[in-house]
Amino acid sequence: MSELETAPVPRRNMELLLLLLALAVAMGAYYLVGINSDDGLSEEFISQGLILVGLALVFHVVLRIWAKYADPVILPVTVALNGIGLAMIHRIDLAKSDDTAFRQIMWTGVAMVVAMIVLWTIRDHRVLRRFTYIALAASVLLLLLPLIKGLGVEINGARIWVRFFGLSFQPGELAKITLAIFFAGYLSSNRELILLAGRKVGPLQLPRSRDLGPMVVAWLVSIGVLVVQRDLGSSILFFGLFMVMIYVATARVSWIVIGTLMLVGGGTFAYLTMSHVTRRIDGWLNAFDPDIYHAIGGSRQIVEGLFGLANGGLMGTGLGNGSPYMVPLANSDMIVASLGEELGLIGISAIVLLYLILVSRGMRAALGSRDTFGKLLATGFSFTLALQCFVVIGGVTRLIPLTGLTTPFMAAGGSSLLSNWIIVALLLLISHNSRRPMLSGVSATAEVATKAPRRSPGLLESIKEHKR
Amino acid sequence: MNDLVFTVLRLGFLILLWLLVLSIVGALRRDLAIGSKARVGAPTAREIRKDPSLAPPPEVPAKQQAKTLAILEGPLTGLEHQLTASPILLGRAQEATIVLEDDYASGRHARLFPQGTRWFIEDLGSTNGTFLGEAQLTRAQPVELGQKIRIGKTVMELRP
Repeated sequence: MSELETAPVPRRNMELLLLLLALAVAMGAYYLVGINSDDGLSEEFISQGLILVGLALVFHVVLRIWAKYADPVILPVTVALNGIGLAMIHRIDLAKSDDTAFRQIMWTGVAMVVAMIVLWTIRDHRVLRRFTYIALAASVLLLLLPLIKGLGVEINGARIWVRFFGLSFQPGELAKITLAIFFAGYLSSNRELILLAGRKVGPLQLPRSRDLGPMVVAWLVSIGVLVVQRDLGSSILFFGLFMVMIYVATARVSWIVIGTLMLVGGGTFAYLTMSHVTRRIDGWLNAFDPDIYHAIGGSRQIVEGLFGLANGGLMGTGLGNGSPYMVPLANSDMIVASLGEELGLIGISAIVLLYLILVSRGMRAALGSRDTFGKLLATGFSFTLALQCFVVIGGVTRLIPLTGLTTPFMAAGGSSLLSNWIIVALLLLISHNSRRPMLSGVSATAEVATKAPRRSPGLLESIKEHKR
Repeated sequence: MNDLVFTVLRLGFLILLWLLVLSIVGALRRDLAIGSKARVGAPTAREIRKDPSLAPPPEVPAKQQAKTLAILEGPLTGLEHQLTASPILLGRAQEATIVLEDDYASGRHARLFPQGTRWFIEDLGSTNGTFLGEAQLTRAQPVELGQKIRIGKTVMELRP
């Protein structure tokens, strides 16, 4: 696999500079929402704004201490996206006299603290490799949790929620992290076997049937999620994640061909047999048909979103001045349409670019990583973010059928924020490990090389004895 | 709030948003420039032609210390590893200093360690053996500059 090295420079000051700019964007968004509401600037502007600034700066200090060489761009981009999302949720709260923004800032706090704990406890991402199969078990458990009677609840037709102590949570969001860890661990150990064995048919090198096993399992899991939990978005996400990771691990086009065939098969099956999938696809193809527009679960949401985007035009109506609250779920699934209306094409393209930068930095961390496991893990994580953006933004703009995935860092929802912040923490860790100087006495690799023989002198001595 | 002020603020926010994007891209450009081989490694022939002061000073053959381990053949071809005072573990195991992605290498294949002014290589009981020049290693042996070390399909040498 390819590898790129960067000169070991911490670049934390650059990060601070960009972070301040990102916070200025977030506060600016909040300020505009405030002055455009009827009541003028609310107290939330000060309290929620200060919480965000405080959290971001603490995170920066944590990076200075524990991940000095981490990528300087990831944190500012994430904070900017999270801040813009918060301002938008606050804006929709004002229109609906709701209080989602408070819950969102609380979850942001929880998510960032958990991310800092991840940075502090894990330090070296290679530790995660030991938990390959535990991660698999954890993913299965997390996916099964919502099906347990009394614990799982059904919201909007999808059974992906767990409720305890009045808090609802989507365990599937965490499952994408554990699944990525499992895929990375499994593929980094079995990569060569999968790579070497196999028959050649034309230009394609086909894998052996037994190496196809994990792919079939991943496919069955996705279909299971789709059938049992009725969650089209997560199903696409899990299968896409596995397909990309196995392609990156082996660089064989045949996997993409096989995966796409399975996807087409599964998709056709779902379209023909599952009513909620049929509705989604009809709502996408014939969105402007009056019958479908007025049907329950029809295309009203998408079309309202498109009207909103059209209303925004090039420059947008300005934060707090449009009417994004008319779209159902304007602060979660459809937040992209809300932002598109109030910031216009110019604003929404800046946001899409921020996502693009975030994903490309994740891929860069993968390129720089010195071990296969880190490479695969970083690729998997950044691809998860990219696929979520594609599925959500593509769905809102009617490029593909709308599915219930969350816009990372922006959409209202605690579980998605939590898991995406953990992903960011792990990407920061991988980039820290790939960018720090290789042998400076503090490097983990050097420590292992010097300490390992001392730890097991018996083995080395016995080898020497044997040689004599 | 009158309309003019609002419009200015609205456009100002869009400008601020793009300022953030552009400064991030600017920071990345610098980041990539630092990563380019030319800055870290030796100047290329073309750079020397343009600016003769970049030319490396004539080499002094006597008493040169090894500073890098360069990989010449095998999956990691082109990798240059900076040597310090610490020993280096070579092998396929993930904890190795240089993880050889070589099918013929063992998990913990060999160890390269400094002693005095010289570097020694020692085989750690590998399956396919470690070769210094043409000879297979039976005990720790000193490695001279430019002498080829072979592990599986990977060939490397010490460079000043």
